[in-house]
Amino acid sequence: MTDPVSPAQPPGAHLPDHPDFLWDDPDPRASYDVVIVGGGGHGLATAYYLAKVHGITNVAVLEKGWLAGGNMARNTTIIRSNYLWDESSGIYEHSLKLWERLEEDLDYPILFDQRGVLNLAHSLQDVRDSVRRVNANRLNGVDAEWLDPQQVKEVCPIVNISPDVRYPVMGATFQPRAGIAKHDYVAWGYARAAHEMGVDLIQNCEVTGIERAGDRVTAVRTTRGRIAAGRVALCAAGHSSVVAAMAGLRLPLASHPLQALVSELLEPVHPTVVMSNAVHVYVSQAHKGELVMGAGIDSYNGYGQRGSFHIIEEQMSAALELFPVFARAHLLRTWAGIVDVSPDASPIVGLTPVDGLYLNCGWGTGGFKATPGVGDCFAHTIAHDKPHRFNEPFTLERFTTGALVDEHGAAAVAH
Amino acid sequence: MQLIPCPWCGPREESEFHYGGQAHVAYPEDPAALTDEEWARYVFFRDNPSGPFAERWSHSAGCRRWFNAVRDTRTHELLSVYRVGEPMPALGEVNS
Ligand SMILES: Cc1cc2nc3c(=O)[nH]c(=O)nc-3n(C[C@H](O)[C@H](O)[C@H](O)COP(=O)(O)OP(=O)(O)OC[C@H]3O[C@@H](n4cnc5c(N)ncnc54)[C@H](O)[C@@H]3O)c2cc1C
Ligand SMILES: [Zn+2]
Repeated sequence: MTDPVSPAQPPGAHLPDHPDFLWDDPDPRASYDVVIVGGGGHGLATAYYLAKVHGITNVAVLEKGWLAGGNMARNTTIIRSNYLWDESSGIYEHSLKLWERLEEDLDYPILFDQRGVLNLAHSLQDVRDSVRRVNANRLNGVDAEWLDPQQVKEVCPIVNISPDVRYPVMGATFQPRAGIAKHDYVAWGYARAAHEMGVDLIQNCEVTGIERAGDRVTAVRTTRGRIAAGRVALCAAGHSSVVAAMAGLRLPLASHPLQALVSELLEPVHPTVVMSNAVHVYVSQAHKGELVMGAGIDSYNGYGQRGSFHIIEEQMSAALELFPVFARAHLLRTWAGIVDVSPDASPIVGLTPVDGLYLNCGWGTGGFKATPGVGDCFAHTIAHDKPHRFNEPFTLERFTTGALVDEHGAAAVAH
Repeated sequence: MQLIPCPWCGPREESEFHYGGQAHVAYPEDPAALTDEEWARYVFFRDNPSGPFAERWSHSAGCRRWFNAVRDTRTHELLSVYRVGEPMPALGEVNS
């Protein structure tokens, strides 16, 4: 549940202070054992587990902008593991278990708040699919419940359960262990811990080329010079296709703008997280009090980190129907990230046809929740040159073999 | 809201249109001869450039016709629109 805020305190007063300084800002060295491309949550977590679990510390994380300024800074921070298939349960539940002890592990506040997530159903087919997913989740040891509209109202009193709206709430799945965390703190916690173990975090360093000798990766070219690398790990989220093309790899991905927005600060009104795949809106109330809302992706490919206005209009009309109490809230700002979407709405994590080059991409709209899990599994993949059992199903080859992990129903645009 | 110039109707609001992905992806000439790998390439792999991209649009809430466009995916700017069957304009022509 939301942290209690006494009325005497201004909003946000209960949050930890911002740190002055968590890592230094080194120049790149001439060579590293492992070069990680992309300093978002996934890149930082991978570096942390490489150092901590596998003792590999001669590592650089290269970030073209500022640390964790990509999707890591732009997402709506929803964490859950109630996906349909066994493969997804494996990696997302592994991640959720790591989230549950990450604060102690990093010795850093991340404000992981297990306030639960409701996924609403608006049609008979939604209801059937949702109940099926609850059963699948339980078989996989993932906490899940099916709630009728009245029970939805008990969990989140401001949800409109009137049957007279265009998309009536016919029930919801509920995962009590799901929740939100403070995304910036997560990045800073990983960054500080990785830095302390000797990892170089290098900002303003764009990778512009990947060098190969035959089938083996040898170096990256960057805006700050050439860096030789024993192994290269891609964690470039929205830009995965662009970066992989530098090594001659073509990926089955499309990059799309994905938007979110926040309201002004409000008193605590929204105790959980509510998501609706059908009407494309998801809402939680941030620790400080803003309503945080996510939308659907823009239909077309885009790298502009700017989405279309009509998406926000649709999202707001859906939000108002579900939460009439929001009618007088003011919108403060909107923004977009770039997400790389795969054909089966599942990630691609593992080896590539190029020796020493490892791929982590295709998390689309939902990779924040995977940050600890993928960091752990990807570090294992890099260290041992073979996949961890939890990322083994998420190969690039599955698009040829047909072993797809079709998560459109449980993932698609909802996070 | 972005205006998209339909080659038949002229500029209309983006929300009247439906996106159809990459243009000029030809159906395999001899489908029975394709390997699994080649089928995968045809079904799942599309270009995803940061920059000019030739793609299909349908004016679904207007004349309901399909057409092609070259759009810069970094700025969303439409560099050219052209009818199905017309060749993709060279980028030099597009930018002039
Ligand atoms: C609006 C929005 C809402 C979302 N909501 C959720 C949510 O609620 N729950 C959830 O689980 N997920 C959510 N996501 C998805 C999630 O944010 C991403 O899947 C996840 O952050 C991707 O991993 P990352 O953190 O490493 O990516 P990023 O933080 O994007 O990291 C990739 C980094 O690579 C850098 N980079 C790119 N190219 C290069 C290069 N050539 N050289 C050097 N660096 C490069 C980028 O600058 C960037 O910092 C959301 C995304 C968006 C945009
Ligand atoms: Zn038209």
